[in-house]
Amino acid sequence: MNDVITLGQGSGGRLTHRLIEEVFSKRFGMSEPLTDSALVSARGEMLAFTTDSYVVDPLFFPGGNIGKLAVCGTINDLAVSGAVPGFLSTAFIIEEGLPVADLKIIVESMADEAEKAHVKIVTGDTKVVERGKCDKLFINTSGTGIIKPGYEHISTGKRIKPGDKLIVNGSLGNHALAVLGARNNLNFRIPVESDCAALNHLIASVLESGNEISFMRDLTRGGLATVLNELAVMINMGIFVNESSVPVDDPVRGLCEMLGFDPLYLANEGKVLFVAGSDDAQHIVEILRSDPLGRSAEVIGEILPEMRARVVLKTSIGGERILDMLSGTQIPRIC
Amino acid sequence: MKYIDEYRDGRLIGKLAEAIRREVCRNYVFMEVCGGHTNAIHRFGIPSLLPKEIKLISGPGCPVCVTGKDFIDKALDCAGQQDVIIASFGDLIRVPGSHSSLEGARREGADIRIVISASEALEIAALNPGKKVIFLGIGFETTAPGTAVTLVNSEKERITNFFVLNAHKTMPNAMDAILKDGSSIDGFICPGHVAAITGSEIFDFIPERYNLGCVVTGFEPADILHAVLLLVKQVNNAGQKVEIQYRRAVTKKGNTLAKKYMAQVFEPCDAWWRGFGIIPDSGLRLKEEFRIHDAERFVPQSESKSHTEDKYCLCGEILRGNKVPPDCSLFGRDCIPDHPVGACMVSMEGSCNTWFRYRLDE
Repeated sequence: MNDVITLGQGSGGRLTHRLIEEVFSKRFGMSEPLTDSALVSARGEMLAFTTDSYVVDPLFFPGGNIGKLAVCGTINDLAVSGAVPGFLSTAFIIEEGLPVADLKIIVESMADEAEKAHVKIVTGDTKVVERGKCDKLFINTSGTGIIKPGYEHISTGKRIKPGDKLIVNGSLGNHALAVLGARNNLNFRIPVESDCAALNHLIASVLESGNEISFMRDLTRGGLATVLNELAVMINMGIFVNESSVPVDDPVRGLCEMLGFDPLYLANEGKVLFVAGSDDAQHIVEILRSDPLGRSAEVIGEILPEMRARVVLKTSIGGERILDMLSGTQIPRIC
Repeated sequence: MKYIDEYRDGRLIGKLAEAIRREVCRNYVFMEVCGGHTNAIHRFGIPSLLPKEIKLISGPGCPVCVTGKDFIDKALDCAGQQDVIIASFGDLIRVPGSHSSLEGARREGADIRIVISASEALEIAALNPGKKVIFLGIGFETTAPGTAVTLVNSEKERITNFFVLNAHKTMPNAMDAILKDGSSIDGFICPGHVAAITGSEIFDFIPERYNLGCVVTGFEPADILHAVLLLVKQVNNAGQKVEIQYRRAVTKKGNTLAKKYMAQVFEPCDAWWRGFGIIPDSGLRLKEEFRIHDAERFVPQSESKSHTEDKYCLCGEILRGNKVPPDCSLFGRDCIPDHPVGACMVSMEGSCNTWFRYRLDE
């Protein structure tokens, strides 16, 4: 590892993993596998507990702002662990000079999102630092939720078996490109909105339908490719993805061609990967498609008995190659 | 998506792959000499669609890969000076020099900006008259015209704080250098965007002198498979020549305006290529009347810059097509995209980097 921290170590890819392993998780005594939420038991109930900090630049982007992102992101981390999100805390680090009007808009959207998701923001903290010591506003949110009996396996994927299908609830890459476009340094307008949304109701409708879900994960930093690589290592099985089935909106595809990005590595803020029994997959897709947040849901691949810990992509032209974990940085500060 | 989907159509790809399989009657080695081709070949999994008799190898086609460490060292020398802004293409940022990289210098406070064209660097110069803006000019005939036009414009607009640290190179003499030493190559997948500027005629010497086929090729999967088919046919029929597969962008004569600007600003010079050493007349230096914009003057002359590479690194042999990445003892262990040792691992278009990220079989 370098002597000083590099941007690549915040990308969510291989470098982030090494940083967490070598500096944090061992010393804190955190148990493997590290998942979106920690599961802790309290008085006979299983709780999911998670935290996340938001440093998105700029604060406002098409489809959302840092506040909406901070609430939805933490709700989603709880929901994909199989929990019903209940309570959030929030902490603000504010740079001297931030317009109060901006702060009010941000707080307003946090309250709106929490209400829609039936989650309560119950405690918080505020710090103000001198001009130039942070970039306008950073927000941290933490949250807890109760995991119903029978869903404890979801975050670790220990019931995944070969033949299980991979499902996503819609098109990939919109959030990262919407934020990139809002930075205004591309000299053209990007017709893409962030997919930022709380997914707890959508996820609940799938779980309550009684279909067999063996794993869920939101596809944030590092994108689908990073999540699949983490999963392949975690369960020590192979994963097959059919690129042609992965939903990507045309403007996102076009921009990726131009800018040299791969949508499979781009961050999303309203997308979740489900791993489900093959008999239930089509039924789950139908449930997802009946919700506006899952309108373009698709089955995109499956778990393989061979190719342990590797992700194989059938490319759009029918070739096959490895889909590796992201190396280095793709776009910093998108969440 | 227009101009993309028709070249990625599964049925067309299937037909081309089938036509190649029918045509194959021996072993073939074809070399691509453009990083864009290397990336497309692996990104689309093209090797998995080809019969095992066909081997595609990557030549010196990634400008980042063939640029010496000494260039990064010079850029770092400039970056460390007062009132300097370095403007660079993004893919140079992580390339290791002898002691650090531009990314490292940026962490330590140097003003290093990523641009997507030389003209963007000129805009930065216009906005920062108190600073010296140094554009890192690398690349082949594809990027050199952009640098040339920008230098002409900087004169026209009297922007005197715009400079170029120049390592532009030209392709034909490097291909000649590979062939001169003897090689196992049966034909070239020629760089489509270089040829869009130069015209396909710059490759005419290859069939004439070495009796090898050349197909100037586009960057979509159907283009590349079509080029492989044309090359296989050339070999089978002993009809080696320069063919243009990429007709939607390339002509025999190329882009005359771009060539005019290049001739106005640059003249040929010997150049150092990573993996090859000096190749005569394969570089472009600024002509006398533009040397006022040459950033070399800011590089301290006392220290001689070193070309030394890691002694186990096989980038040189890989760039010549004599070895493939897994032959290297550093590959995938000490040398990976997150901490590259050799040049071919640094750039997304380098052969080691693409091999590491995409290949199934090793």
